[in-house]
Amino acid sequence: MKKLAVISGKGGTGKTMVAGALASLAECSIAFADCDVDAANLELLLNPTVELTKPYYGLKVAEIDQDACTLCGLCEELCRFDAITFEDGRFSVNPIKCEGCAVCTLLCPSDAVVMKTRINGEIYYSKTSFGPFAHARLEPGSGTTGLLVTEVKKLIYEKAGDKELLLIDGPPGIGCPLIATVTGVDAVLIVTEPSISGLHDLKRVVTVCNKFGVDIFVVINKFDLEETVSLKIEDYCQEAGISLAGKIPFDKKVIEAIKNREPVVSQKCPSADAIKEIWIFLKKEFNLL
Amino acid sequence: MKIVVASGKGGTGKSTLSANFSYVISGNRDVVLVDCDVEEPNLHLFFEEKGKESIVTLPIPVIDENKCDFCGKCGEFCQYGAITVLKDQVMVLQNLCHSCGGCLIVCPNDAISEVPKTIGVLWDAQIDSNLRLITGVLNEGEANGIEIIKTVKRLSESSPLVIYDSSPGTACPVIETVEGADFCILVTESTPFGLHDLKLAAEVVKKIGVPSGVVINRSDGSDNETEEFCRENDLEILLKIPFDREIAAIQNRGELFSVYYPDWQKQFTDLLDHIESLCGGNR
Ligand code: SF4
Ligand code: SF4
Repeated sequence: MKKLAVISGKGGTGKTMVAGALASLAECSIAFADCDVDAANLELLLNPTVELTKPYYGLKVAEIDQDACTLCGLCEELCRFDAITFEDGRFSVNPIKCEGCAVCTLLCPSDAVVMKTRINGEIYYSKTSFGPFAHARLEPGSGTTGLLVTEVKKLIYEKAGDKELLLIDGPPGIGCPLIATVTGVDAVLIVTEPSISGLHDLKRVVTVCNKFGVDIFVVINKFDLEETVSLKIEDYCQEAGISLAGKIPFDKKVIEAIKNREPVVSQKCPSADAIKEIWIFLKKEFNLL
Repeated sequence: MKIVVASGKGGTGKSTLSANFSYVISGNRDVVLVDCDVEEPNLHLFFEEKGKESIVTLPIPVIDENKCDFCGKCGEFCQYGAITVLKDQVMVLQNLCHSCGGCLIVCPNDAISEVPKTIGVLWDAQIDSNLRLITGVLNEGEANGIEIIKTVKRLSESSPLVIYDSSPGTACPVIETVEGADFCILVTESTPFGLHDLKLAAEVVKKIGVPSGVVINRSDGSDNETEEFCRENDLEILLKIPFDREIAAIQNRGELFSVYYPDWQKQFTDLLDHIESLCGGNR
């Protein structure tokens, strides 16, 4: 199975729109995963029917047994995440700040701290009209996004490893969820936009991807909104030896399609034509017929 | 007064709003603008001024193999799988380490000490007499920028008026940024994606206990679903910024649209007044 992650560096450049459009174009057998787990949007386009739901346990969280606690305060002093607070004469753990390191269980002289498992979200395996789909919902306010990304990928490898192509909708940024997404994929398709910040963020995400030795392709979305910057991006790609997979024009039909929750390529419009070209390009790169 | 600008979905115009808002209100107030989107910091691009640079580090364990007897206790303890103890070698996987210090405590042979590892930098710039910009930057390849967010927040803590630009999403970096703020502006756009992610962001901010309001960016006038959600959830719509190709082009070039459109100056000044009155007439 070839694995392609659609990512962006800067958020909101049209990554999910492109992923959804490619999904509906692919003639080969294909599976999908939404690894942008804390703002998962691909399901809004793929309209999945959930077949399997699994709880997602993130890291454990400390809890203080108030009867056993002797109020020595060691845990508060030594917790490096400031997760332990003293209020109304008692110590308690702020579950939002706790990173589950368990240091407090080592320090507590009266064994009053226990690590409790908590459910941090759900992982789903679904059917869509385009192919199988793994996605997730992170309980808002919990950490461990990277871990959940890894779980989503594991599920789709397990269930749909026989498909020719896996298309992943990745997270923005360059931190742990992005690193977890890029680990083990064959190629990334970076969707950027012609703005100074788009270019800045593109360079940063390319630096990270290069550390993983994946193939890198770039798409400039809404390239005609500022063609001078668009040209700068093309120059940068050329210098960095990155192939430009295509350029998509600004097109009101894109928002219309998203509002109707359908892939933009189901309409006849300039952006749809551009994305079709991109798919032809990718097919060649991946030898998919 | 500490105001966070956040958004569930990326690219809704968070940085554009923070930059223009801070620029305008610094006309007659001292403002510290803090870029907490350490994975992709963009505010410095609007002001072309990075300022003084300093590094941010995290303590990482190193093992003294002369003292270590390979008992394996550190590896067993580490909740993140960051230490692997082999027959005659201990491996520390720096990228998985959360710098909790636990391995130090469990080691019976005092074989572990900590050394600082650089994970990023911060830039501290005085843009003009009333506006200071502090930027946190995570190094490429590093997974966890929380410490950088903490550092830039600490630096600005004592200032009377601070605007924090958060990263997108609803995970740990957002929580770290929103914690301790007086108010949160949630920037959204009127698409199903924007609304879906706005709901998640509003939920997180509520959980943390920070009051919030909504700014609809690139509004095309048909914002009914977003308006309805806000009404049902008691979220006030503070401002709407219409979609305008010219505004888009100005910010794509890295410029501030409020410089070109002076009528926005009043809107942003009013926005600050309004938020301050919502927070109980702070000042
Ligand atoms: S400091 Fe904590 S996270 Fe890092 S290796 Fe030691 S036990 Fe693991
Ligand atoms: S706990 Fe100390 S002695 Fe045991 S393996 Fe780890 S470093 Fe070596």
